[in-house]
Amino acid sequence: MLRVPLSKALPNAVKAVCSPKRGSTTLAKAPEKIEVFIDDKSVMVEPGTTVLQAAAMVGVEIPRFCYHERLAVAGNCRMCLVEVEKSPKPVAACAMPVMKGWRIKTNSDMTKKAREGVMEFLLVNHPLDCPICDQGGECDLQDQSMAFGSDRSRFTDIQFSGKRAVEDKDVGPLIKTVMTRCIHCTRCIRFASEVAGIDDLGTTGRGSDMQIGTYVEKFFLSELSGNVIDLCPVGALTSKPYAFTARPWETRKTESVDVLDAVGSNIIVSTRTGEVMRILPRLNEEVNEEWLSDKARFSYDGLKRQRLITPMLKGPEGELLPVEWEDALSFASKAIRDAGSEIGVIAGGQADAEALIALKDLINKLGSELVCTERAFPDDGAGTDLRSSYLLNSKITGIEEADVVLLIGTNPRFEAPLVNSRIRKAWVHNELEVGLIGPCVNLTYSFDHLGEDPNVIEEVLSGKHPFAKKLLNAKKPLIILGSQQLERNDGVAILSKVQQMAKHLSSKIGSEWKVLNILQQVASQVAALDLGYKAGVESLKECPPKVLFLLGADECAITRDDLPQSTTVIYLGSHGDNGASMADIVLPAAAYTEKQATYVNTEGRAQQTLVAVTPPGMAREDWKIIRAISEVVGKKLPYDTLNEIRGRLEQVSPNLTRYGEAEEANFYDQAVELSKEACNKLDCEPLEVKYKDLEDYYMTDPISRASTTMAKCVQAVRKQKESKYYDSGTA
Amino acid sequence: MASTLTRAVFTKPNLNQVAVPLGNVLVRKQQTAPPPTKEKYGPLADEDRIFTNLYGRHDWRLKGAVKRGDWYKTKEIIDKGADFIINEVKNSGLRGRGGAGFPSGMKWSFMNKPSDGRPKYLVVNADEGEPGTCKDREIMRHDPHKLVEGCLIAGRAMGARAAYIYIRGEFYNEASNMQVAIAEAYQAGLIGKNACGSGYDFDVFMHRGAGAYICGEETALIESLEGKQGKPRLKPPFPADVGLFGCPTTVTNVETVAVSPTILRRGGKWFAGLGRPRNSGTKLFNISGHVNTPCTVEEEMSIPLRELIERHAGGVRGGWDNLLAIIPGGSSTPLIPKEVCDNAIMDFDGLLACQTSLGTAAIIVMDKSTDIVKAISRLIMFYKHESCGQCTPCREGINWMYKITERFVTGNAQPAEIDMLWELSKQIEGHTICALGDGAAWPVQGLIRHFRPELEARMKKFHESNPQRRAAAN
Repeated sequence: MLRVPLSKALPNAVKAVCSPKRGSTTLAKAPEKIEVFIDDKSVMVEPGTTVLQAAAMVGVEIPRFCYHERLAVAGNCRMCLVEVEKSPKPVAACAMPVMKGWRIKTNSDMTKKAREGVMEFLLVNHPLDCPICDQGGECDLQDQSMAFGSDRSRFTDIQFSGKRAVEDKDVGPLIKTVMTRCIHCTRCIRFASEVAGIDDLGTTGRGSDMQIGTYVEKFFLSELSGNVIDLCPVGALTSKPYAFTARPWETRKTESVDVLDAVGSNIIVSTRTGEVMRILPRLNEEVNEEWLSDKARFSYDGLKRQRLITPMLKGPEGELLPVEWEDALSFASKAIRDAGSEIGVIAGGQADAEALIALKDLINKLGSELVCTERAFPDDGAGTDLRSSYLLNSKITGIEEADVVLLIGTNPRFEAPLVNSRIRKAWVHNELEVGLIGPCVNLTYSFDHLGEDPNVIEEVLSGKHPFAKKLLNAKKPLIILGSQQLERNDGVAILSKVQQMAKHLSSKIGSEWKVLNILQQVASQVAALDLGYKAGVESLKECPPKVLFLLGADECAITRDDLPQSTTVIYLGSHGDNGASMADIVLPAAAYTEKQATYVNTEGRAQQTLVAVTPPGMAREDWKIIRAISEVVGKKLPYDTLNEIRGRLEQVSPNLTRYGEAEEANFYDQAVELSKEACNKLDCEPLEVKYKDLEDYYMTDPISRASTTMAKCVQAVRKQKESKYYDSGTA
Repeated sequence: MASTLTRAVFTKPNLNQVAVPLGNVLVRKQQTAPPPTKEKYGPLADEDRIFTNLYGRHDWRLKGAVKRGDWYKTKEIIDKGADFIINEVKNSGLRGRGGAGFPSGMKWSFMNKPSDGRPKYLVVNADEGEPGTCKDREIMRHDPHKLVEGCLIAGRAMGARAAYIYIRGEFYNEASNMQVAIAEAYQAGLIGKNACGSGYDFDVFMHRGAGAYICGEETALIESLEGKQGKPRLKPPFPADVGLFGCPTTVTNVETVAVSPTILRRGGKWFAGLGRPRNSGTKLFNISGHVNTPCTVEEEMSIPLRELIERHAGGVRGGWDNLLAIIPGGSSTPLIPKEVCDNAIMDFDGLLACQTSLGTAAIIVMDKSTDIVKAISRLIMFYKHESCGQCTPCREGINWMYKITERFVTGNAQPAEIDMLWELSKQIEGHTICALGDGAAWPVQGLIRHFRPELEARMKKFHESNPQRRAAAN
């Protein structure tokens, strides 16, 4: 299977073939830099740098449409033509490597004329419907035609034959197409086939009849599909849910972090009139690059539906009745006081660190230690004491360097789409080999499927399995273990085997390279474990407390049936989901766009969300509600402001407030030693993953379950499956 | 080599006697051409013909080909090695016959870099789709062994593992003859393992195209051969670095390859002695359009255009004075009107001096009955249809040019639009990934350069007869 178009792949291969030779003779001397001149400014660049990159080094931006740093060079829009002294023709800056001594003129008459000509051609068949186009205000074509185009049109044929019109394509519920606006830059095609790994988009027809599309009528369904909206330089691909709702200049942009998976993608929340209008990715090379998964991008409408906007108490008929905060707080406090130390907490997948610490402090003050997370983690061995046992230790960027990756019991494509896109990136550019133990799912790249039986792990560890050789020969091997497997009965055995395997491999390499990686599924888990939460609800099931506090726990880890009738359930969260429906007291809290809160992603990287909109109705920030309860209960927590509670966070775990940084974990060997003492017996039950198919991906948490857009996506996937063009092998 | 060509009536004595050894063809880069070595060029003597079965009057199969001298001492040529072959081709001054006229010896020598382990390929461009051009098909249907042998020799010169002949899909009979010839050559041990007993392994494959003109562009051809859409690639990297299946590749025209065995047998000097310096050799000319006997003929380079038409094509219909214009090198070259045709010399430099190009030497003759605007508009329609749509100037520009020229046919336009059309053609030319944009711009430029009064007259007439619809919608 070819990973990249041959023309692009082979220069690298050639380099790979040649470089050892070069290395042996010149001892890997760095290639000599060459001097070129951009508008008479001298710049030293590495050989192979393109004109466009060289110009960027001296701060000269060359206009472009088709060129994108993260995609293969297409060179087809011709907007980047620039004059090179002594060359009769202008050259395409995006594709042309500079030669020694070249004098590039980015502002000469020839360059200006070439740009103006290309711009004129681009506009000839462009509908110029900017007033009704959603791209307006953030349109490359609009901006560049102002900067580089002619000031008037001479398209006289508008009176005769008019402009081209192209039928719009229905590519699904997320992307709205107006294909007449398309300038055929092929960015979307390249994104789909290179990054998303779905070869569904392409061109049909030739010349002026060329169209971008799916060839047959089908949806463009991918967990990363929304990125083509950002990539499209014109209004051909725009966001369907966002259509006609706002203009970019009238929205307020808040930098925040996504919490719908454990990646912690950086986002920008665009708001207007106290409403989230859309969510866009924010550049962070270490986390999400500039991509965003569809769930993070499009489930924002779930922030407006199913919201808890007022405190509620369970009435005599078992229905929840709205009450004032005062009543809710006094009822809650009474229940807590009555329970004494028989109180427990389950923290859900989107709980922030501030709420987690406040609640833990309160429960501890009440004399209980029953603070648990929804997701389980083996208790034996080192348990959650050593951070290395529950982090993606090599970091997301580490994946790019890896040469062999073994995935165990995980489907990163749907658990963490942007981790998967990194694996794919390494697979495309770095000749990465992937092995998978677990259900055979479509990961958008080729892999060796080693089976579903957990005993394969043992075989690989003992070196019996053929894949073990690949791991042993690898320079930078990675093992990524899905956190879901740790919830199994033999979770400790799996973790222990994987830790042993990782230790074995790292001792072979001997460098600082981290082999062991755990891929978490939810945003709160790492912070909760860092703060000392107990993973899993087993202890709560064993001795049910009198008061059970659900901090946004909606995954039904404990159902009402597990609890005695006398237990009071207090639900603190943003959405009326599973948790609220079993609660006696409901306290409305803020969603991630409504609070300044700390989250730690699967790498152990602390990041914070910022307030984009205020919480709806009477909802309040989570930690403030807990702080209020503590006062009513009479165990006042010693912090009144965000800074103070963050001071407390720092006390418990200093890494939680070092925003943007991923704190390294260590004590790998100790973790292995401790885990050896634990039960080492693997079950025969095959490994299972929760999200196997695209339709499992969209609705996984209270916010995305409340989102109509996500529901439409699920519907679209199901509809696609009925289509005669559906190929289960590629979807 | 007996020839039955009856057209060559006025055969001159052996032209070899006046040939003077030429230096390396690299002199093309010199600013001043070396002095001409002889006074008169053409007609070509029978014994100097390379394509001795151009008209299919003899057996085209292996037996007939061997009789005509093909596959004679091929082993010896191969044994002499790549340097010898390249040197001889360089000495012959052979320039690519596909239109661009790049010196073949130099092009082949690009392949002789030290191997990095990848195989090398020779790709023969037999996707002859240029309107007016029909030379390669004559070679392939009547002299296919010249091409097969040429593949082996050119392949040896560049150390190629195999040759791919990409043949135009419409050429059914040609493809079938080619395939028979390849099979015969395999059976006779001339190609394949240990080709001609020389110890050199060389395969020849034929691939039929699907009828896209753009697949005649070398990188689009490579894409098509790889099974993708025929869309030209960006250069660099050039095919000599990264070509077919990512391996070093040279794409050459059928005629270039097919003449090489004869050049090597008769020596570069002989070939260089034909035609003016830097334009040496013989060439297949296709003469079509308003002539009495349209034909394909092999002639010496640098033959005057008028002589070529009158000697071989029976003259222009209605006499030379009835000539309106000719397109000298296939439809993409700018036309030249009669005054220019009078003294035009049919070679690379001669036609460059007339602001046109030799191209594939497919001469399209148009007499005074021609609606020249309609003719050019029709050509632009062809280019509009065949544009791959990849890059902007070609995709949008040619479509626009076609709309304008269509209106020029009736005169439904303003005179200022002539300048606009000229500018548009300049906005396309040189701004595209491949040369198709250039090829579409040139005919328009030729039309405006030489027939502006005709265009203006039509507009005037149109507006006089339609005073009420001043350039209204049609």
